[in-house]
Amino acid sequence: MRTTTPSQDFVRGIWKENPVLIQMLGLCPALAVTNTLKNALAMSAATFFVLTCSSVLISSVKSLIPKEVRISSYILVIATFVTLADMLLQAYAPVQHKELGAFIALIVVNCMILGRQEAFSSRNTVYRSLLDAIGVGIGFTIALVMMGGFREILGIGTLFDIPLFGPNFEPWVVMVLPAGGFLMLGFIILGLGVFEQRKKSREAAAA
Amino acid sequence: MNDQTLFSIFFSAMVVNNFTLALFLGLCPFMGVSARVETALRMGLANIFVLTLTSLAAWFLNTYVLENAPYLRIISFIIVVASLVQIVEMVVKKIAPVLFRQLGIFLPLMTTNCAIFGLAIFQTNRGYDFLQGIVFAIGAGLGLTLALVLMASIRETSELSDIPAIAKGTGLTLIIAGSLSLAFMGFAGLL
Repeated sequence: MRTTTPSQDFVRGIWKENPVLIQMLGLCPALAVTNTLKNALAMSAATFFVLTCSSVLISSVKSLIPKEVRISSYILVIATFVTLADMLLQAYAPVQHKELGAFIALIVVNCMILGRQEAFSSRNTVYRSLLDAIGVGIGFTIALVMMGGFREILGIGTLFDIPLFGPNFEPWVVMVLPAGGFLMLGFIILGLGVFEQRKKSREAAAA
Repeated sequence: MNDQTLFSIFFSAMVVNNFTLALFLGLCPFMGVSARVETALRMGLANIFVLTLTSLAAWFLNTYVLENAPYLRIISFIIVVASLVQIVEMVVKKIAPVLFRQLGIFLPLMTTNCAIFGLAIFQTNRGYDFLQGIVFAIGAGLGLTLALVLMASIRETSELSDIPAIAKGTGLTLIIAGSLSLAFMGFAGLL
């Protein structure tokens, strides 16, 4: 476990082991609430909050949790922070809270968060878990912003509610509908695959 | 209270607002166990069972326990789902060991299946009563099964076809799911 440096803990989650695009975790929120950039940002912020707080708390009390009931304990901690996030959003961003609806509560069952607790926070110090959580949180945000941005630009023709194209632009409505979520993520992953393959063949040619 | 008819709740949960293809719930098993039709079917049936039980439990909890403490909903629902899955696992192991072996890891994994938790939350938000909740759960379960089996059949067929190496894997699965979701949008005008 001690083979990585703190900076690697931090950077790893952002791109190389990006939770959504590479590990395919936390897909439900990544697809369901990314029809506009604003919703994507609100969702990322809530998830970021829950992930960071639970990682810090769990890594600081890890020696107190018996091994047999660890998963249930993690879920309880996560559920508490999700309740907090739900109330905070309701108080300070009621519009976003209404748009996201039940998907805030569904952060509890985001496998990405539980995965980080089980794989990292339960065995590492508070400081490293914090770095890891922030890294993964940023990675999640990048993926969601990519999805939300592309879908809003193509599907509505705006970004942050600011129209980007002239009045003649015909919006690609399917992109903001559920089907568009699947298609967009599929295209992004295919694009990444092409990118990786090119990089590999370049390396092979250089060697 | 909600005054939708039972039929419209059932039909809406099954096809129009299909849990997987329109609401993106339960994607993990959708991606993970949709490679073979038979596994997909079994997973779907197990889902119907647990969904119905969850709906029952969530309704009781909401009506008799959580009336004055709505802020405890998320925490208590997740505990109920986790313990239900645990109980179902033990019962199935005891009375039907063959089925238990066939389901394997997918049974315990249902705890973190967002479809189950999502059902409890949606049912509460929409104020369904006892009977409506059950119908909603069965409809949602059948919808999940339908999506899983359709997806598995397409994937089984696509294994025999000539696909560029780059497109194999998750990307292709997602795009197939997108096309299925497009097809299901055709039901939108029904209700």
